[in-house]
Amino acid sequence: MDSTKKQHAAGADGETRRDFLYLTAGAMGAVAAGTAVWPLVDSMSPAADTLALASTEVDVTSIQAGQTITVVWRGKPVFVHRRSAEEIAEVRAEAWQELRDPQSDQSRVKSGHDEWLVLVGVCTHLGCIPMGSKTADVKGDYNGWFCPCHGSHYDKSGRIRKGPAPKNLAVPPYEFVSDTLIRIG
Amino acid sequence: MSRPAQTEKFQNPVVQWIDERLPIFTMLIKEYGVFPMPKNANYLWSFGGMALTMLIIMIVSGVVLAMSYTPHVDMAFNSVERIMRDVNYGWLLRYIHMNGASFFFIAVYIHIMRGLYFGSYKKPREILWIVGVVIFLLMMATAFMGYALPWSQMSGWGVTVITSLFAKFPLIGDGLVTWLWGGFSVDNPTLNRFFALHFLLPFVILGVVFIHVWALHITGSNNPAGVEPKSEKDTLPFHPYFTSKDGFALVVFLTVFLGTVFFAPLALTEFDHFKAYDSMVTPPHIVPEWYFLPFYAILKSFVYDFTVVLALLAMGGLLLAFPAAYVFFKGDKKKRDMAFMGLGALLGGLVLITLLAIATTHLEQPSAAAYLKVVIIPAALQGVLAMFGSILLLVVLPWIDCSPVKSARYRPIYKKCLLVLLISFITLGYTGAQLPEGWPVIAGQVATLYYFAHFLVILPYLARKEKTLPVPNSISEDPCCASKGN
Amino acid sequence: MYKKSLPLVLAALVAFSAPAPAAESVAPPKQHWHHQGVFGTYDKASLQRGFQVYKQVCSACHGMKLLSYRNLAGLGYNEDEIKAIAAEYTVVDGPNDDGDMFERAARPADRFKAPFANDKAARAANGGALPPDLSLVVKARHNHEDYIFALLTGYQNPPAGEEGLPGMSWNKYFAGHWISMAPPLVEGAVSYADGTDASVEQMAKDVTQFLAWAGEPHMEERKKMGIKVMLFMFVFAGIMLAAKRKVWAAVH
Repeated sequence: MDSTKKQHAAGADGETRRDFLYLTAGAMGAVAAGTAVWPLVDSMSPAADTLALASTEVDVTSIQAGQTITVVWRGKPVFVHRRSAEEIAEVRAEAWQELRDPQSDQSRVKSGHDEWLVLVGVCTHLGCIPMGSKTADVKGDYNGWFCPCHGSHYDKSGRIRKGPAPKNLAVPPYEFVSDTLIRIG
Repeated sequence: MSRPAQTEKFQNPVVQWIDERLPIFTMLIKEYGVFPMPKNANYLWSFGGMALTMLIIMIVSGVVLAMSYTPHVDMAFNSVERIMRDVNYGWLLRYIHMNGASFFFIAVYIHIMRGLYFGSYKKPREILWIVGVVIFLLMMATAFMGYALPWSQMSGWGVTVITSLFAKFPLIGDGLVTWLWGGFSVDNPTLNRFFALHFLLPFVILGVVFIHVWALHITGSNNPAGVEPKSEKDTLPFHPYFTSKDGFALVVFLTVFLGTVFFAPLALTEFDHFKAYDSMVTPPHIVPEWYFLPFYAILKSFVYDFTVVLALLAMGGLLLAFPAAYVFFKGDKKKRDMAFMGLGALLGGLVLITLLAIATTHLEQPSAAAYLKVVIIPAALQGVLAMFGSILLLVVLPWIDCSPVKSARYRPIYKKCLLVLLISFITLGYTGAQLPEGWPVIAGQVATLYYFAHFLVILPYLARKEKTLPVPNSISEDPCCASKGN
Repeated sequence: MYKKSLPLVLAALVAFSAPAPAAESVAPPKQHWHHQGVFGTYDKASLQRGFQVYKQVCSACHGMKLLSYRNLAGLGYNEDEIKAIAAEYTVVDGPNDDGDMFERAARPADRFKAPFANDKAARAANGGALPPDLSLVVKARHNHEDYIFALLTGYQNPPAGEEGLPGMSWNKYFAGHWISMAPPLVEGAVSYADGTDASVEQMAKDVTQFLAWAGEPHMEERKKMGIKVMLFMFVFAGIMLAAKRKVWAAVH
């Protein structure tokens, strides 16, 4: 035991340097391996062409109050609906705390753009596409959207009011680029 | 399977010449010729060989199918139908591959059950067992990705549902799912990578099976008596005794398999598997393949969000546990401190995630009542964690069950509990296919509860308290083997 | 806490966690089919009649894009007959040397001609509903042949007080009962070449068998091979058992 200790003391400088070199070499190897792995991992993230379709810009100039247009975003339909003042007043008069998926109408639109409602047009029950976007469509008991598959009724805020769906129609991430241009995604 | 110290002598000079340079014939004789098998190993010991045979059948049929398959969302479904209609014997290859997956799982489930019953996971076979669990996990991943390839309604929506589970993980969830998909929905990049991995993973499985068999040949096989062979009297050479026995069992197994392939090829699949995938129409009833159903049922058994109010209740319970532990471990200060530390860690963790959940939640109308409803762990995340946990429990099984007696034959209570586990597992398999409403949900929850209780409560308890029956001194003295014949 | 999930993720998750669909469906009664069972073969005469029903009735709206005219050999037609059947249709081919698409008579190698150019055209022509492709319809529905037969013969007057959307019909066996397909079969809709009486039941039975064949054209070959394979396996198992017994005889 003693002799090894002495050797250790004698070669302390050399050993420290050797350990340092070993550690550095090991660390650099680890960095190299990590750097090499990242391109492999990241190659599985969405590619540029996929990302190019990740956001959709919608010009809403031509939409009249009470009208809805449907755009495709990330392979799913998105409803862009321009609400009339009466429609807004109607949905805001409700006691939203009592709803199945309690959300206020204010939290589902951008403040200052209260007339614009943007929704992912996929029923939260089983993924069907609700009707109500065309003038002639059945709009359901709450004058919003109606899913023909199993009879879910949504109001003019896209909130579930009746039928089997558990959640409100989802609001996609979007922003107003200008007063008449919406970027979804 | 390292280089043997001495090689055999062979009559045939060519064999001898090769063996001196690469002792493959020596190895074959050592591992599959004279290799000592416990002579009482019954037909349940044949299922490992059957599983390996199924793996080879899957690889061979799969490689040939891949030559006619197109991994593109616009063409995948039709290319599979072209295999069924136009490729020579394509229908046969596809039905073999489709049903082969099921029979691979049948063999493996029986193999695992046998291991549980006869304690094959216990010392010295822990690594053998863990490698086996790894094979099981790889099989599940491979089968799941293979199910996606025909790009049917079941394929696309099954992939969507299962991969979406990862979105339930906090913070990283959404990014993880986008990465898995290679986009913002299940689409062509997803199909392509699944095809690449479905092609690769079987060969990885083959490699892990090699390690499994290697570990097996270090420890030797377990046997129904659960006592290690003590002398040559207890064993028989693998060839011809077990080649003939396993061979017969294999032919019977393959007969049942081929009977299914030729006369009921659609018995184990869903009709929605014959509709092309449509991302705009969800089938009303999405179910995974039968071999995933028990785990799917565990996932669905968690239906209550863990909210702040529940967390507060749990914290209250933990606080009450401190004085209880103080009284319980009065005599042993060390154990008492351990109990305090464990409870403290639980309490601290609970407080931490509760505060985190409250801090990261934006409430429109903050009030005490609203904060009590804040969800800490959503039901779906609980389900995901439980589903993965149910399989990972098997990894630590050798240390959960530390009873020195291996075979359930000499563990009367364990035997009954194992039967209940089997019934629970089958119940889960049934409820997994049912719509999540009414009594199947309750039955699934009860079965899930038993599954976890079996491993986390019953096994540790039995290991210490069970009164086991006398274990025979050696395999030759095992009375039940002597009377029953082989 | 995790409210920012992608909308699709949400939709997918509720797809399996949500309660059951309300649509009630009635189990179709079991029928006897010539091609069921271990030794069952297709009834060729019925397949040919069924093809006639498809050709003259169903094909107005429903395509069978996985089938080619050459596949009709499976119904017992010879090469000349198939050529004649194919030639009744014109398909678009090209472009030719001038770069133009042109029309020509279909050949046996061509796919069955689709009634509509694409799904949107099909929807537009059918009040928004898409007539599904029939190539795999028997395999792609619950209860398979029994359901198709029941659906084709299951049109009834709606129960009193029930009102459907305009253009929809009430069918006992359709999930939710209101179906966009008007009753397709009426007494004598086709006049069978072999003189069989074209009752609605007869036509439904024939066309169902034809559709079953279309989904599984190699069934007869599969069963024939299966019987041989099974016989071989039984003998093989017997020999293996005898060999195993011989080997183990000395142990006891």
